[in-house]
Amino acid sequence: MKSARALADAALARDILAGARIIRLLDDRDEHGIEALAHLYPSSGRAYVLGVTGPPGAGKSTLVSKLIGALRKRDLTVGVLAIDPTSPFSGGAILGDRVRMQEHATDEGAFIRSMATRGQLGGLSRSTFEASAVLDAMGFDVVLVETVGVGQDELDVVELAHTTVVVSVPGLGDGIQAMKAGILEVGDVHVINKSDLPGADELERQLHVMLETEAHREGAWKPRLLRTVAEKGEGVEELVDGCFAHREHLQATGEDERVAARRAEHFFLEILRDEVSARILAFARGDAAGAALLEDVRARRRDPYAAAAALLDAFEANPQTKR
Amino acid sequence: MPRTLRVLVAKLGLDAHTIGVTVLARALRDAGMEVIYSGLRQTPEMVANTAIQEDVDVVGLSSLSGAHMKHFPQVVELLAAKGAGEKLVIGGGVIPDEDVSALKEKGMAEIFTMGTDTRDVVKYLDTWWADGDGAP
Repeated sequence: MKSARALADAALARDILAGARIIRLLDDRDEHGIEALAHLYPSSGRAYVLGVTGPPGAGKSTLVSKLIGALRKRDLTVGVLAIDPTSPFSGGAILGDRVRMQEHATDEGAFIRSMATRGQLGGLSRSTFEASAVLDAMGFDVVLVETVGVGQDELDVVELAHTTVVVSVPGLGDGIQAMKAGILEVGDVHVINKSDLPGADELERQLHVMLETEAHREGAWKPRLLRTVAEKGEGVEELVDGCFAHREHLQATGEDERVAARRAEHFFLEILRDEVSARILAFARGDAAGAALLEDVRARRRDPYAAAAALLDAFEANPQTKR
Repeated sequence: MPRTLRVLVAKLGLDAHTIGVTVLARALRDAGMEVIYSGLRQTPEMVANTAIQEDVDVVGLSSLSGAHMKHFPQVVELLAAKGAGEKLVIGGGVIPDEDVSALKEKGMAEIFTMGTDTRDVVKYLDTWWADGDGAP
């Protein structure tokens, strides 16, 4: 295998094999991948990251495929991360988003990658942030991130994307009511897809009322509401225009710097949490006191908070855990 | 942390029979693999590019239309030409016995003909993976 450095250099020259391999290594938490990312990270931060989220069956993948086509027509290169769920039972996954995107499979300016959540719960996969940084450093102008089909509370995409597109469809009925407290609040651009179906006008009225009654700060971005029929390509150009209008707003107001800072903080803390808990859990498993504490909790001699505090005390007192 | 085996399952050519690949995809998922399905009417070029972008370990080709002698070896050649010759390429579908050895000579690792138990495919891949052939 190539060294991490050689892989990173090749990826920076937009070698697809190398970029794809680094994403794989990162997804597998392989140290070569982490080393390659260290070389790539300084070159990231230039791409426009566009998130697409919405409930299952809303037509996200079809819409993403049309977005790829529209962006390519504007001479922009596109990296795509399409997320599908990992089975909690087997750890396996069927990743089928790209079925809708295969017309772009032979386009050198489009790189499509399917990712399984691998236990991550926020609508993205365990290493979507890392993969996005790789595509960004490779020089793709736009990174499109399609979340898993979401319900109310899977909002991690907001931390990653400059612009979040929330896709709704007619016919979900009370589903829309349920979404109001969740993903509908975070859309920079709202899309009613399959808007040729019955119920589209009613859905548009509901979303319109919701957006109009939202508290609105002076000078803040006012979310757009658009209609598409992705299958027929209708409304896609307007959607791209709407996304770029939001991007221009971010740039004009300096908000893009805050997005970048928030993203850096979010993923730094997330990785820190993972590393800290992995280290402490490894200590707990390797330490007889850890097993004893777990037994105490099971036998109700100690409550879980007290046991956790006792374990952390032991971790801090152990000379081997000090570096 | 053990690596997760990634498998592309692709249908080549003008062939709309999806039941076989669907059943296989589910069997592989249930065996803990990540299965990328790329849909119908794929060309060898599309399959090779997809395999590279997805960085799969295994490419599983399905053909029930009789075009396997032309299409399967093309995928093998394209992968090699693009620097991804290390990927395991296997095939399945309606493939006469007399074609099997010819396909293997052209770089196909294994051919699973009609009536194959999906558990045999899982076992074959697990064995290949455990033998370390799939190490990057």
